Amino acid sequence: MNRLSPFNVVSLTFGFAFLYLPMLILVIFSFNSSKLVTVWAGFSTRWYGTLFQNEAFLDAAWVTLKVAVMSSTFATVLGTMAAYVLVRGGRFMGRTLFSGMIYAPLVMPEVITGLSLLLLFIGIGMDRGVMTIVLAHTTFSMCYVSVVVSSRLATFDRSLEEAALDLGASQFDAFRLVTLPIIAPAVISGWLLAFTLSLDDLVIASFATGPSATTLPMKIWSSVRLGVSPEINALSSILIGIVSVGVITASLMSKRHAVRVRREEQAAQRAT
Amino acid sequence: MAQTVFAPWDDPQQKPLIQFVGVTKRFGDFVAIDDLTQDIYEREFFALLGPSGCGKTTMMRMLAGFEAPTEGSILLSGQDIAGVPPNKRAVNMMFQSYALFPHLTVWDNIAFGLRRSDMPKDAIAARVEEMLKLTRLSKFGRRKPHQISGGQRQRVALARSLAKAPKLLLLDEPLGALDKKLRQDTQFELMDIQETTGTTFVIVTHDQEEAMTVASRVAVMDEGRIIQVATPEKIYEAPNSVYVADFIGDVNILEGTAKANGPESYAIDWGGAEPATATSARPFSDGQKAHLAIRPEKIAISAERPADAANAVQGKVLDIAYLGNLSTYHVELPTGQVIKAQSANTRRVSRRAYTWEDPVWLSWSATAGVLLES
Repeated sequence: MNRLSPFNVVSLTFGFAFLYLPMLILVIFSFNSSKLVTVWAGFSTRWYGTLFQNEAFLDAAWVTLKVAVMSSTFATVLGTMAAYVLVRGGRFMGRTLFSGMIYAPLVMPEVITGLSLLLLFIGIGMDRGVMTIVLAHTTFSMCYVSVVVSSRLATFDRSLEEAALDLGASQFDAFRLVTLPIIAPAVISGWLLAFTLSLDDLVIASFATGPSATTLPMKIWSSVRLGVSPEINALSSILIGIVSVGVITASLMSKRHAVRVRREEQAAQRAT
Repeated sequence: MAQTVFAPWDDPQQKPLIQFVGVTKRFGDFVAIDDLTQDIYEREFFALLGPSGCGKTTMMRMLAGFEAPTEGSILLSGQDIAGVPPNKRAVNMMFQSYALFPHLTVWDNIAFGLRRSDMPKDAIAARVEEMLKLTRLSKFGRRKPHQISGGQRQRVALARSLAKAPKLLLLDEPLGALDKKLRQDTQFELMDIQETTGTTFVIVTHDQEEAMTVASRVAVMDEGRIIQVATPEKIYEAPNSVYVADFIGDVNILEGTAKANGPESYAIDWGGAEPATATSARPFSDGQKAHLAIRPEKIAISAERPADAANAVQGKVLDIAYLGNLSTYHVELPTGQVIKAQSANTRRVSRRAYTWEDPVWLSWSATAGVLLES
């Protein structure tokens, strides 16, 4: 075993502290029995109880979930299609312009994206609510999906698609039966990325929404302005828990898969 | 016993399966294929041989339908296939990387093409089993490509491309990824399978040994043109140019001027002590520049000058490449030229007659070499 040098131990400690100390404090204080957020008064889970009584929070959570699922699904479909065209389309008129424009929202200030969407929705007379947030989130998250998927497609062995065509598959069948199953992990991570982006977006949702729909970040933001309540700590702790479980499960599964594939490959080589 | 020689290219009655007619392919300014005309016949095992970038892969990809010729036409059974997309051609290809679908089992890989046709399910199953049996993979049907070895993957790729019983099978460097021993076994297996199925094979390779082993005819290519098409024996024994002679196997080239000294016989003044004598059906005028190409194994090495040799030169052994079964002697002539002579090691090496710096005589007959124009 390699032992860590003192320098590495220090950098590791500082790095992790910087990343996780704020969250740790938040989680600890979510179990505070006092109503005052900054004063520790003993362990209690009462704020988790009151949270689940709070209709406004539960509604906002439900809206957020709906928006995230819909927008990330749309973004995945559109983003995958865009990535496919950009990587596979060869040289067509305006390719550079198109690829530049797809990635522009990555660097565009959110305020500008939000404002322009708001103007658009007003201009075409669309009622603002869940649907407009979904559209707005699809718009800005599809470029993230397209980045993830196109980097996978760039390393994808093109002869696999050619083999499918050669064996009589149509272009669409080749994509559906060969390309898509192979790039599925990238598409899924694109979806997860879009889902997360939609889940925690505050700025664009605030611009695109109307009185009928409030997402969880908006709700948290507006209630914090009236003072941080321990309920919000509890809610945030739950979110951290969900995200951690998801990330750890995903990485364990992919690691286990990689190990299994390697072991099977070695076994196949030995067998000959 | 009278055995008919398989040589449809010599029979004017035979209709070619594939015809390249004045095919040119350009990528921008680069000419990949240059006005190429060539026939390939049914049941042939046709090898396209050449260095990388000579256009052999482009020719294959045009047959498969992944590239379209810029000019000229390609006919399959007399029909122009220019506009036919790859998925509508009775042509299948085995890819260099095998291109096995990693998410499908061996069985499903082989069935992939069959399922794209309107073949009934039980017929597909029967055909897949037949292919598995042909390629000795019956035990591995349920495995995924990463669970089998390189040689087995190669056979899956072959089985998959043969499953639809194509008129023409294209093989792109099919054995490139295998180690030498396995490659040699697989070459014979390929020939057996080609004979059993009666499919026309076109193979692309840069390995001349492989081309010579498997092919009924070899086309040697360079810079988008076919330089020579002939059976492996003819390509080796009677190359039509210095390029082909040099590309296939090892060769010594003596450069000089020709002078007729008999019917179909010439004396070549190459700068040695006496001119070399060589026969050639190809006529040379007196004083014409000529290259005499002689294979190393056709040059005998001896300590004394052989009495009856048409050509003999003296030199000293510069280097010996010991290959186990053969040894190649590099012999330096007084002119400074180094000639390679090869002989079989029929005795143990410790009893070798010549060693470094030994003076030796090299000799060859008048028919040993091929006289080529420059």
